[in-house]
Amino acid sequence: MDWNLIGIWVAAFLTLSIYSVLYRDNPFYRFAEHLFVGVSVGYGIVLSIYQGFIPFAWNPFFAAVTGESAIGFIKLIPICIGLLFFARLSPRHTWLIRYPIAILIGFGAGVAIPNVLRANIFEQTRGTIAPFAEIAAGTLSGWGIFEAVLMVVGVICTLTYFFFSVEHRGPVKWLSKVGIAFLMIGFGSAFGNTVMGRVALLIQRVDFLLNDWLNIIS
Amino acid sequence: MIKIIQWLAICLVLCLSVGTAFSQGLAPPSNVTAVDTPNDDGSSITITWDAAVEGGGISGYQILRRIADGELEAVGDLLPVGTTTYVDSGIEQGTAYAYIVRALSETEATVDSEQTAPVEGKDEWFHTGKIPLFITMLLFSAAIVWNIYSARSGKELFVRRIPGLEAVDEAIGRATEMGRSILYSTGLGGVSGVATIASMTILGQVARRTADYETVLRVPCRDPIVLNVVREMVKTAYLEEGRPDAYNEDDIFFITESQFAYAAGVEGMMLREKPAAIFLQGTFYAESLILAETGNSVGAIQIAGTDSEHQLPFFIAACDYTLIGEELYAASAYLSREPMLLGSLRGQDWGKILIFTAIVLGVVLELSGVSWITMLLQRVS
Repeated sequence: MDWNLIGIWVAAFLTLSIYSVLYRDNPFYRFAEHLFVGVSVGYGIVLSIYQGFIPFAWNPFFAAVTGESAIGFIKLIPICIGLLFFARLSPRHTWLIRYPIAILIGFGAGVAIPNVLRANIFEQTRGTIAPFAEIAAGTLSGWGIFEAVLMVVGVICTLTYFFFSVEHRGPVKWLSKVGIAFLMIGFGSAFGNTVMGRVALLIQRVDFLLNDWLNIIS
Repeated sequence: MIKIIQWLAICLVLCLSVGTAFSQGLAPPSNVTAVDTPNDDGSSITITWDAAVEGGGISGYQILRRIADGELEAVGDLLPVGTTTYVDSGIEQGTAYAYIVRALSETEATVDSEQTAPVEGKDEWFHTGKIPLFITMLLFSAAIVWNIYSARSGKELFVRRIPGLEAVDEAIGRATEMGRSILYSTGLGGVSGVATIASMTILGQVARRTADYETVLRVPCRDPIVLNVVREMVKTAYLEEGRPDAYNEDDIFFITESQFAYAAGVEGMMLREKPAAIFLQGTFYAESLILAETGNSVGAIQIAGTDSEHQLPFFIAACDYTLIGEELYAASAYLSREPMLLGSLRGQDWGKILIFTAIVLGVVLELSGVSWITMLLQRVS
């Protein structure tokens, strides 16, 4: 039995089933959708067990119990905190779930905020100003000067659009209007760029159907 | 006898190579120091030495290390002649290493520096290089806290009109009139994602209104932890509105963690249930257009919001209203009008004024040949 051929037929059937939604909702799409969701959940659970639970919880704890490495007992703290998620199963103890959630959100914010400040604010601000040192030194070309000025105008106007505690009237209104124009130009170019990427994915899929499955193009 | 011959041969080779090195004027690397790399987790040692004199015949360097009285071993690849620093990140914590920097000439003659004193890699509790960042964060936090207290003291804080959010009531009202459900997706982000947190706060406000209108609110989740938080938030909103009986836990459910399987699941829901209003708020990736286009095809009023800049164009194209970037973060303050959130929003605006000033001042100073703002920003980051 040629398992490769069977795989190609199954993949082609599922591809067409998913694409059939472009016409309307139908049993083939429903089948493919439910299969996709079910398989992904099953795969995710197995992955969580093998890549999360066993290496980070079970192995260190087992090593601690068998006396290999006493440091594994420290893992009991996050394990216990994680177990509090199951408190939701008991209506009387549901409130306990707030502790692991608070720790997760606090940890996430603590890790993210300094990085966001550094990468999205300080680095970007420095990058906006830096070309003007080259302008002062006379080392930047005419086009480079235009780019640097355009960038500063774009950043200032776009930043103005995101002022929420100021009423957008007078100069603020006009600056924010220019800012939104900059945003839309940026979005337009991103749209075109991404659509081209998606077309490439479609071509890949059509290639699979015509070449691997139907074998009608070489 | 054989051993004596071997030793003589080794001595001869060594003498020849040293002799060749000196005959070519190859000077050993000077001022070689090895120190524990500051502000790391103790996994590296930094070796520094003086730059070679130009025309000294050196073509590169090789770092050698030894543990206590052990054998010398080469570390890393051959370094180019201009190098004066090397970070050995392949060390074992708690073990002392001594280093030698070997200079090589083009004719493969070598000359070694003096051996450094043994040094161990130690981990530091504080990254002193991040102190400026920490101070800046404190200043930002202070601005936000100050505004929160100001708002709590009863001071009226203005928030400009955000069209996308004014449509929230319209969307919920439409769903109620049509007797159809509202679909709310918090996106693909985890519970610690800023956009997900903002999305969940908006969901809390939406849930208050659906509790009042008794409209079905369906929330498919991608993350099991987000699912739990969302259930808590919606339940609290229904309780606060005095409608705990209207809360149905089964309407907030987990689909899958897989990106496109989640998209397929939500798309199927849209096609079958035909919700009257769809909220797509949070972090989205390539599935954004699949969701937004399907929502559009079923005729739902759609309000999207994300800080994923590459997905914003798709939402703008396919949704009725879109919250762009920070508008998503401002949404919770706008909808709830809670002093704490309004104060926080105003504090963030202070931060933006600071950036605005830094850019304008920085440009003027740079054009005048003064670059301390750029240097300060570099130091902070």
